[in-house]
Amino acid sequence: MTTVTAPPPVTHAPATLPGPGPRPRRGRAAAGLQGWLYALPTALFVGFLFIAPVLLVLRMSASDWKLFTGDNGWNLPVNFENVTSNRFFVSSILFTLQYTAIATVLLMVLGLGLALLVQESTRWKSFLRTAILVPSALGLASASLLFYALYSPQSSPFNPILRWLGVTDSSVSFLGTPSAALWSTVALIVWRFAGFYMLLLLVGLQRIPGDVYEAARIDGATWWQTFRGITLPLLKPSISLALILCVTGSLLAFDQFYILTKGGPDNSTITVVQLIYNQAFSGQNNLGRAAALSVIVLGALILINALQFKGLKSEDQ
Amino acid sequence: MATPTRAVEREARPRLTAGLILGRTPYYVSTGALAVIFLFPLLWSAVASVSPQAGSAQTEGFGFGNYRTLAGYQAGIGQYLLNSAFTSLLTVALTLICSFFGGYAFARFDFPGKNILFLSVLAILMVPYATLLIPLYVMLNAVGLQDSLVGLSLVLTLFQLPFSIFMMRISFESVPKEIEEAARVDGAGTFAALVRVLLPAVKPALITVGLFAFLAAWNDFIAPLILISSSDKLPLPLAIANLRQQVMGVIDYGATEAGVVVLALPCIVLFLLLQRHYVNGFMSGALKG
Repeated sequence: MTTVTAPPPVTHAPATLPGPGPRPRRGRAAAGLQGWLYALPTALFVGFLFIAPVLLVLRMSASDWKLFTGDNGWNLPVNFENVTSNRFFVSSILFTLQYTAIATVLLMVLGLGLALLVQESTRWKSFLRTAILVPSALGLASASLLFYALYSPQSSPFNPILRWLGVTDSSVSFLGTPSAALWSTVALIVWRFAGFYMLLLLVGLQRIPGDVYEAARIDGATWWQTFRGITLPLLKPSISLALILCVTGSLLAFDQFYILTKGGPDNSTITVVQLIYNQAFSGQNNLGRAAALSVIVLGALILINALQFKGLKSEDQ
Repeated sequence: MATPTRAVEREARPRLTAGLILGRTPYYVSTGALAVIFLFPLLWSAVASVSPQAGSAQTEGFGFGNYRTLAGYQAGIGQYLLNSAFTSLLTVALTLICSFFGGYAFARFDFPGKNILFLSVLAILMVPYATLLIPLYVMLNAVGLQDSLVGLSLVLTLFQLPFSIFMMRISFESVPKEIEEAARVDGAGTFAALVRVLLPAVKPALITVGLFAFLAAWNDFIAPLILISSSDKLPLPLAIANLRQQVMGVIDYGATEAGVVVLALPCIVLFLLLQRHYVNGFMSGALKG
């Protein structure tokens, strides 16, 4: 949830040329020094905890690097060969893509629907908005633990409810079969994130000027025509941002599956990040292989983000 | 507002009539059901945490038995709460320092490498969290900060930087330069002007940044999962997740629910208190989208 930021807005002078801003009483060099001083904490974080580890992960991916023995020398293609020939490599990618597609479609449709529903600020709608938003204040891990108990065979309130509704006589095992585990996790994610995307799209909706709608109403447009002709096109930037966040977030799913299913049943819910974790820590202790898989994921995500940004840019024009 | 009179006419509220109330009933019923669906898991969790549960160590009736089980769990809930509080507050402090000074530097100064540094901060968003944790584990290990709450806070701060710096930069840019210059004419140095004049001006943005940093650090799961190995240094979410490790095939769902309440309560209270800032965070975040 903290990744609500935007494409880089930087359109300043090239980095090598200090801006020509006139600074009375202070030399340009002195001002530059002062700027660096204020930016120093940030620069230290970026240098030591971001750039250095990115370089290290590249180096590790080409080494025989074990958890307890450390670096055992270069082994270039070996980690990549082992990772791609792992029996869970393809299945984890396919599962992650399937999960991403389902979660994204549901969250976008629901987020937009809810945003349209609570758009006006009457008292009842403000209450509704808050009720839908409260789950998004919870951590994903807390929400997953909460649903873990909600789905437990012993104490689940869903089974009595389903029996009362007459849907089923027996107990449903919410995490017991591969498809049940997938859809149960999707339900958790929709509950946790629907408010988040509702708010994001609501902000977009409120930036559409009201007189555009007024003009459409005077022209006698139906709700559907207004929605198709005004709301959707003008909401495109917000939808694109929500889409990027949702796709990226879902591709990196970990907490929810780690807590709810631990990759089961029958290894059916192993996501790509879970596979990285398993390679590095869960008994395998092969940091080199985990790094190799990380590099593949990193490359794929940069590619996907670049494509999405490109798509955004061309749509803007 | 081309036709103001007309707009007023259209927006005039209709009187409440019996027909209107009947017509609105399905609307209230369905939206009410929606609110119930979203609130139900939270309410159920609160009720379940004080109820006797199948498979729970608690045998009495309604009461705080599940919380007592939780309190006595391994190193004790107090220790885990302390770990979480320390990590979250240190992360908030580091995030505020970086984004306050960094945002000021990016908004007000031109220095060589400025744009490269700013793009690097934004690039943190491009790199998946989990892929950085493997090398970070190795690096923190090398300097003795692996299995340390300080090391964990440093990592959590890093991932707060893109949103926080972006937000603070916008916030500083929206403060007119004349205000600082006036302070300087009155004899204040740059730093004094920053603290005495600009700090109050960007306070709402700082609250938003701090709120998001707190929620993220308090709730994070995968960073401590990888970076913390001693069981007495675990933050709360991991300690509660460990409750699921079955003892003789039995999972204590009652204590898990109590743990969820302890985890969620500060977040929900903070959210309700600072809802305005939470929403504003989205506004400035989405502004450029």
